[in-house]
Amino acid sequence: MDPVSRKTITVDVNGERYERELDARRLLIHFIRDDLDLTGSHIGCDTGNCGACSVLVDGTLVKSCMMLAVQADGAKIETVEGLAADGELNGLQQAFSDHHALQCGYCTPGMLMSATALLRENKSPSEDEIRKGIQGNICRCTGYVNIVEAIRAAAQ
Amino acid sequence: MATITELEVGRVVGAPLDRKEDAALLTGQAKFVDDMSLPGMVWMAVVRSPYAHARIAMVNVDGALAHRGVIAAFSGDELADEWQASLPCAWLPTEDTAQPNHRPLAVDEARYVGDGVAVVIAESRSEARDAAELVQIDYDPLPTVIDAEKALEDGSPLVHEEFGTNRCYTWNLATGEVDEEFAKADVTVKERYRQQRLIPNAIEPRGVIVQPFPATGELTMWSSTQVPHIARVTLSMVTGVPEAKLRVVAPAVGGGFGSKLNVYAEEALALVLARRLGRPIKWIEQRSEGYQSTTHGRDQIQEIELAATSEGKIRAVRAKLTVNFGAYLQLVTAGTPLLGAWLYSGAYDVAAYDFECTGVFTNTTPTDAYRGAGRPEATYAIERAVDALARKLGKDPLEIRRLNFLREFPATIASGLTVDSGDYDAHLDAALEILDHDDIRRQQSERRERGDTKQVGIGFSTYLEMCGLAPSRVLGAIRYGAGGWDAATIRFLPTGTVQVLIGTSPHGQSHVTTFSQIVAERLGIPYDDVEVLHGDTAVAPLGMDTYGSRSLTVGGVAAYHAAERIIDKARKIAAHQLEVGEDELEYENGTFSGNGNSLTTKELALQAWTAHNLPDGMEPGLEASFVYDPPNFSWPSGTHIAVVEVDTETGDVDLIRYVAVDDVGSVINPRVVEGQIHGGVAQGIAQALWEEAVYDEDGNLVTGSMMNYMVPSAAELPSYELGRTETPSPTNPLGVKGVGETGTIASTAAVMNAVVDALVPFGVTDLDMPATPERVWRALEEART
Repeated sequence: MDPVSRKTITVDVNGERYERELDARRLLIHFIRDDLDLTGSHIGCDTGNCGACSVLVDGTLVKSCMMLAVQADGAKIETVEGLAADGELNGLQQAFSDHHALQCGYCTPGMLMSATALLRENKSPSEDEIRKGIQGNICRCTGYVNIVEAIRAAAQ
Repeated sequence: MATITELEVGRVVGAPLDRKEDAALLTGQAKFVDDMSLPGMVWMAVVRSPYAHARIAMVNVDGALAHRGVIAAFSGDELADEWQASLPCAWLPTEDTAQPNHRPLAVDEARYVGDGVAVVIAESRSEARDAAELVQIDYDPLPTVIDAEKALEDGSPLVHEEFGTNRCYTWNLATGEVDEEFAKADVTVKERYRQQRLIPNAIEPRGVIVQPFPATGELTMWSSTQVPHIARVTLSMVTGVPEAKLRVVAPAVGGGFGSKLNVYAEEALALVLARRLGRPIKWIEQRSEGYQSTTHGRDQIQEIELAATSEGKIRAVRAKLTVNFGAYLQLVTAGTPLLGAWLYSGAYDVAAYDFECTGVFTNTTPTDAYRGAGRPEATYAIERAVDALARKLGKDPLEIRRLNFLREFPATIASGLTVDSGDYDAHLDAALEILDHDDIRRQQSERRERGDTKQVGIGFSTYLEMCGLAPSRVLGAIRYGAGGWDAATIRFLPTGTVQVLIGTSPHGQSHVTTFSQIVAERLGIPYDDVEVLHGDTAVAPLGMDTYGSRSLTVGGVAAYHAAERIIDKARKIAAHQLEVGEDELEYENGTFSGNGNSLTTKELALQAWTAHNLPDGMEPGLEASFVYDPPNFSWPSGTHIAVVEVDTETGDVDLIRYVAVDDVGSVINPRVVEGQIHGGVAQGIAQALWEEAVYDEDGNLVTGSMMNYMVPSAAELPSYELGRTETPSPTNPLGVKGVGETGTIASTAAVMNAVVDALVPFGVTDLDMPATPERVWRALEEART
């Protein structure tokens, strides 16, 4: 079998610059988790449905299992690890805790990134807009009620 | 929201405290299995059968072995000598239960799509997966059977030739004069319902890492499991690794819902291959792989009959289940439907009872526990049948329910168990008030009169559940292989902080928070001074793990009793040092006072550690353990009400309101309790309206990934309106009843009764889950013609 082709990429993740050589076929989520050891972004499916791997790429919400790492060459990436930058939970994270918006917490990093993207676009979303805004993220524990409340509280 | 600073120390039970679990999960610092790697670690990939039933004629792993990065590859045959026992089935309900030998890799025959046939070990995840595709396997396809009822017919293909039948067992439970009651009944109803197959979809796929220590023969396994303790016992039997040399750790676990209440082939494979190769091995399930290889839930045909008087008093219940077990018995496959066996008379006072369950092998993924396990099925059947009875008698379904409610507690139910407490009118009244029942009924009548396209339906579920698994003696009587107790150890450290080691193993249920509240309150120490450790057999060796809404009602009570033992010992030290009699000491909020002096538990912990001045003969240290075996199950109950709008032209069902009033006994943390109800209700609504695992006739899982199995998002689900009533359980000192399964147990019946209620004027009463637009539309079309 032919060796897999390799490529070098440079990305900015949460304000830090990384240069890595990798398999051209490597998914962005595997690059983030396995090569950069940023394991906060999770993998919950293999079809782009669950959203556990959601990150922001140049400000756009992306399911990082649906993108090749080489496609992110030169991009600015934000992951859950960048939210509590100064060691304190940010407003959205705190609202998730205050409203019991997480149980097992596996979907939470993706949910937080999705909500971050939503709140940047829409400063005061309605319940309906929140529900549609996070419909790419599956949570199996909470039934979503408290997630919706947390995002609404964070918006205020 | 209350925070700890607002609360008096020692007054934290019942407060909606912030969860201790949250910070790590919110920042991405929590470590799930896939977040861990070890030096020298290699990856495992499993080659799975694409046939539902086939003879394995030949397996050739040479192609895989030649691939870059591959370290080893084995067929099932080559590993057959590794297994000391079948993968475990802990519950064989009858003496003649057919138990197939379930090897971690199939030998000779594959029996469902996804059955493991070969395994590849390589340096990286991608190399393992690439090489898995190079394993050559010749299959001779065999006839396949998918449907449980067809599998019982003469001449059906046999899943396990050696049994001569696909019947796994038939189990009965009968009390009272059932036939007589049916013979003299004014009215009877006979209904047939289908519990479709479900895929649990814990959002973290399964995963396992095994680290071998070749010099000593010790092995440590990290697994995404609900049951590290059960896994340790049973995997020791499967692999021959001495139990004392096997440590099992459940790190952060991303949901389970029963699908991780199991001991799986990949855990056994990773153990024996790590032992064989001397290197750490990691396996992480892909979601669509998991759809085939992680247990499914439900999949039953239910026949239920009620015998009643003309007023609507139910005299007898007959229930008969045919349950699709899939190809093998996983840990509690065979017992799962029986967890509902006592509950087909619901919350009602019934004289006679007859339950029969037949389990059946088919060429499908094994079924096993899924949130509620047996009890959602029971509740669904009785609650729908009660509505059918009300329709037949032309009575209000609430009138029938109230006429039949158990009212005097303790109450012995028809199936013979004793319900300790409850007040069913109270939660029904509370739910009706939240709903504004009269107003909704008026809206419904108006729409019916106008002949609106969109009709309203209102559905009730006044459920009783049996949780808190379980009294060990009862488990023994029904041939379950283990006990139902749980354990806790409380250890005061010299500086006054406390470790609580618990035998239950959370995966989202907030045990760290809840158990901290129980122990902080009882010992009178700050909530933040309590650390709860769990999910590691080396740290907390005694435990029976987490399922069946048992963690609080069994493990939480164990923690309470351990705290009482701490207090007893601390009291002895305090009496000795304050020179007063033990019974002259008052204990409140962690402080012993007497003779004008006082000592706190924290001060006594240091005294116990220095051991300079202890009563004669007392062991130093302040540590206590308790193993609690519950005297009874716990009996939560409640009323759930669904209001739906059904589009009679398209069949679309819109759930517009959902009211849930639950009595889960005393509450330790109301926010955690609400969260559990929200999540359970969402899963039940999803069963009622959307979810279904579908096989084609050849045994291919048509709903093979999240692309075509509908797990609902926030956009599909409504908000829920919650209320709570409280009858503390008299059987445990905390008064708790458990809340993990309430939502799924109650909700499917409420939603389906609502859909049927909307469709009754069109002549539709026979409708199965999920009530998808297509199914509703077809039912309406059939009724019109």
